[in-house]
Amino acid sequence: MTDQSQTPAVAAEETRLLPSDEILKGLIEPFADASWATSAGQDVITLPADQLRAFGESALQGGFELLSDVTAVDWLSRQPRFDVVVNLVSLQHRRRLRIIVQTDSDIPSLVTVWPGANYAEREAFDMFGINFVDHPDLTRILMPDEWEGYPLRKDFAVGSVPVQFKASHKVR
Amino acid sequence: MTKSKDVDLWISGTEEPDWDTSTTDEGSQEMASTETDYRLREQLGSVVTDDYVFDDEISDDERMIVNMGPQHPSTHGVLRLQIELEGEIIRRTKPVIGYLHTGMEKTGEELTFMQGPTNVTRMDYLASFHNEHCYSMAVERLLGIEVPPRANTIRVLLTELNRISSHLVAMATNGMDIGAVSIMTYGFRDREQILAFFEKTSGVRMNHNFIRPGGVAADLPPGWRADVKAILENIRRRVVDYDDMLKENPIWNGRTRGVGVITPEECLAYSITGPTLRSAGVDWDLRKVFPYAGIEQFEFEVPLGTRGDVYDRYRVRIEEILQSARIVEQAAEAMPKGDYRSDDRKVTPPPRMRIDQSMEALIHHFKIFTEGFRVPAGETYVAVESPRGELGCYLVSIGEGKPYRMHTRAPSFYNLQALPIMMADSLLADTIATIASLDPVMGDVDR
Amino acid sequence: MSIRRTQPTNILTTTIDRAARWAQSRSMFPATFGLACCAIEMMATGAAHYDLARFGMEVFRASPRQADLMIVAGRVSQKMAPVLRQVYDQMPDPKWVISMGACASTGGMFNNYALVQGVDQVVPVDIYVPGCPPGPQSLMHGILTLHDNIMAGKA
Repeated sequence: MTDQSQTPAVAAEETRLLPSDEILKGLIEPFADASWATSAGQDVITLPADQLRAFGESALQGGFELLSDVTAVDWLSRQPRFDVVVNLVSLQHRRRLRIIVQTDSDIPSLVTVWPGANYAEREAFDMFGINFVDHPDLTRILMPDEWEGYPLRKDFAVGSVPVQFKASHKVR
Repeated sequence: MTKSKDVDLWISGTEEPDWDTSTTDEGSQEMASTETDYRLREQLGSVVTDDYVFDDEISDDERMIVNMGPQHPSTHGVLRLQIELEGEIIRRTKPVIGYLHTGMEKTGEELTFMQGPTNVTRMDYLASFHNEHCYSMAVERLLGIEVPPRANTIRVLLTELNRISSHLVAMATNGMDIGAVSIMTYGFRDREQILAFFEKTSGVRMNHNFIRPGGVAADLPPGWRADVKAILENIRRRVVDYDDMLKENPIWNGRTRGVGVITPEECLAYSITGPTLRSAGVDWDLRKVFPYAGIEQFEFEVPLGTRGDVYDRYRVRIEEILQSARIVEQAAEAMPKGDYRSDDRKVTPPPRMRIDQSMEALIHHFKIFTEGFRVPAGETYVAVESPRGELGCYLVSIGEGKPYRMHTRAPSFYNLQALPIMMADSLLADTIATIASLDPVMGDVDR
Repeated sequence: MSIRRTQPTNILTTTIDRAARWAQSRSMFPATFGLACCAIEMMATGAAHYDLARFGMEVFRASPRQADLMIVAGRVSQKMAPVLRQVYDQMPDPKWVISMGACASTGGMFNNYALVQGVDQVVPVDIYVPGCPPGPQSLMHGILTLHDNIMAGKA
């Protein structure tokens, strides 16, 4: 259902799947490359990366006042590699919305739209190495400043230390 | 007689000190580098200036950067604040976090879905049942299974008791930080009764790993109704007492009213949820807006504040304790009979006795506990109302026994963004009260 | 090491040593080094129900210069390790360290890149208290064991 590599191809056709309710339809229609799907009963909109900020601004005007979460997923063997996932909440319409954007490294920052995205984008940068363009302070937030590597990437090992139990003959 | 060397007494710092300066910085300051040529000549006497027209380059940047933490007596964990002070007034604040980063999201990818709650429960360690509940709901949403009503009511009972115990800690640390040290002992004393009930039910006082995908790990212990009744009686009587003690207290009011104010628009812009948002007057509680686990059948109110200051946040939490007590009472009364976990055998392990009797039960047990049950591919985001705000879990599965990506939307992580706003242009002494009222849990912030 | 002697011992010095050890163990000031969940259990140990004041330890000193016991309560991340060492160095001799909980003792359930696998990689530890988190009774047992060790001259 949420095979992300499929939905953009569908959106490129003229007859794209539009949601039936007015709020979402009004949000998606101006964006020709946006596509809508449902995932486990929740609305998901997929967009090209460079339209994220414009869509965010229109979503804010459209009633999604609260940015719930910005995070990322590393699909190692796929091009583009990362999924940046933005979860929005509308207090007046009482609904949630998810935006998924695919990127290799650069993506516009949402800090100018929702200032609450500040720390979350820093964390996504720290953990994945995704560059949020126009972020006011894109530095490491959870790891020490001089840490090398991006821990949540799939090619970064867990870093576990072999454990020797006193009575056992082999090292776990 | 040797001629005395021409020592220019006014140029200091050009001689090397004859003690070891590598381990200390005593005496290593060079005065000459800050002296301008004009000052030098003036001191030597070659130039005479009137003090009135003396135009020294006084830096107007009288700001000082002070570092608070990460090891700090204020018991909110390892938070480091870099505060730019102008006298006693705070101009800018930068919280530095990451001192408790445990790599829990990476660990979550290594543990099976059944083991997941052990990991997430340690994120917000004061509201451990909420973490487990959120994660379990996300897994169940992907699995497409429903938990039986008894499991849901047990979950509501435990999470609301957890909310009471978390708010008691918030009240305790809030009081202690402001100076009412006895509130600390009162808060922890009443919490002990709730923790004793948790220990009876789940086996541990904190970090329970009790709410698992499919239901709960075990049924409630015999005699639980009497325990819950005793807890509620105690809480209702005592919390009202503590509230009476502090509500009209002039010292408490002086230290908390008008301090750490945040407006509703700022809250929404900075993604702040929970008691902080409600103290600013915004009626947003996920238990009412997007109800889950059957909580809509219970009657309770959502307390709101008006001014968004520390006093309002304290009152909102006290009222939430009393409202949660109402929910617990109703849940205890309405506890349905039935299974405490889903009977889908692929997901929940069979009862221990059946393992000796049936080969299938043994195989299921083995597969669930070693490989883990497989969750269909998909992604979902589920949020619950934790004592700190919207606690969400974004779960991505690719059809294996372990999550592909598990991310927690931590309420304290976002609530910390309110700190620079609340502390701007306020006094340094109000910092402690403000941080305490935000009630951040660093396990949640850093994960 | 609580007491070091350079001269040979006799009845006077051993009695004074015993008195000194008694004083040290009966009036320890812990430094506040609560990090994570174990910190909550440490606070609960200091609270009214399980009382640390009966052992003379309810005063948790904020400044490490005034403390002689450091209870490392919680998981120590890579970023926190230098801070931990700095606080330990600031404590005056004689000082003791209790590593409270599984994460502080061995890294606990988090065997990954982010945590120091056992606080004894950074500071010397006298007592390890297992548990996740150890209940107040376990912590008190650890503290009393430390007191006994000091009285016996072993810590």
